[in-house]
Amino acid sequence: MPALTAIWICLTVAVVAFGAPGSAWAADRVPKPEIAKAAGTECVRDADFMRANHMRLLRHQRDATVHRGRRPDEESLKGCLTCHAVPDAQTRPVGFDSPEHFCRSCHDYAAVSIDCFECHAARPPPGWQVKASGVNK
Amino acid sequence: MSPDKHQGRRGLLGGLAAMTLGATVAPGVAVYTALPAKSAAGGASDKVRWGLLVDSNKCARDCTACIAACGEEHGLGGTGRPASDAQWIRKLNLHDPETGKDHALPVMCQHCAEPPCVDVCPTGASFKRADGIVLVDRHTCIGCRYCMMACPYKARSFIHEALTDQKPQAPRGKGTVEGCSFCVHRVDAGKQPACVEACRRSGHGAMTFGDLRDPDSEVSRALGEKASVRIRADLGLDPAVHYQGLPG
Repeated sequence: MPALTAIWICLTVAVVAFGAPGSAWAADRVPKPEIAKAAGTECVRDADFMRANHMRLLRHQRDATVHRGRRPDEESLKGCLTCHAVPDAQTRPVGFDSPEHFCRSCHDYAAVSIDCFECHAARPPPGWQVKASGVNK
Repeated sequence: MSPDKHQGRRGLLGGLAAMTLGATVAPGVAVYTALPAKSAAGGASDKVRWGLLVDSNKCARDCTACIAACGEEHGLGGTGRPASDAQWIRKLNLHDPETGKDHALPVMCQHCAEPPCVDVCPTGASFKRADGIVLVDRHTCIGCRYCMMACPYKARSFIHEALTDQKPQAPRGKGTVEGCSFCVHRVDAGKQPACVEACRRSGHGAMTFGDLRDPDSEVSRALGEKASVRIRADLGLDPAVHYQGLPG
């Protein structure tokens, strides 16, 4: 689909242009998204791969889960949200209605609307707690 | 054929018999609380067919424990407009005017082996898993509702309004069709469906869930003891939900 290709190109350009958050952006006049840090020590893949391909992993996982009943924690949407949940002032995870939500913080910035959370829970499963280290904020 | 080869075949048959015995004795032990972990790791397998037996003699007319548990498990909160609310289990009360006998029974998706909802779905969203569980893939459902018209059990619901705060294990949303999934996320984790557990907790124990292909599963043994019927068996859809205590 041409539209999809155009979005891909835009995304790729955005990723290349803005690169990894941190030093390269520090003195930049271009506004940058405020993305919350994840609770875990490392993601299921490296950050560059995830920026470009997270939607592919999720799509593969959705078919494996819905049709074939394979439910590994790794690469599941629940797994993503458990690590990437952002706590609010009461240390409860924020929902997709909050601009601080991990997915929203970047998708708002990139102007790519997603409809995952019209059906899927945007918060991690019950029992989630803020990590003592506070790295998830 | 030489005597050695005869011996070899007997040995093989004997070995097979021993293996079968070993496989059938073991799962019966813990089947009441947990399902054999046949689907947990490798995903849905066509070596099992999940099925449900409802004994309507044990099902109390005024009990709705299964419906409440289903609603809690999947977040089926009402909108205050019951006519359009999703309903995964319906409680039917039947009265036989000749004998005066009342029957109460829950009716949900019957998880047919030949599901008409799958036949009519234009996008492939309505599908049957390898282990016989009939589901809607709401990623591809376009909300046309053909499946609702095709289902003779009125088992599916359409979601008319935007939803919020869905359960992590039960994604559901506006514009798609949904229905009983046999609590597929629980079955994949080796657990019983929520309605079956709730029925046991309520003390009625009218529902039995398990593998219809395993002759030693709790559900197969219960089916072997007393005659059962399937609703509208004349349609030849081979439903996985059986009922006992109903007039044939």
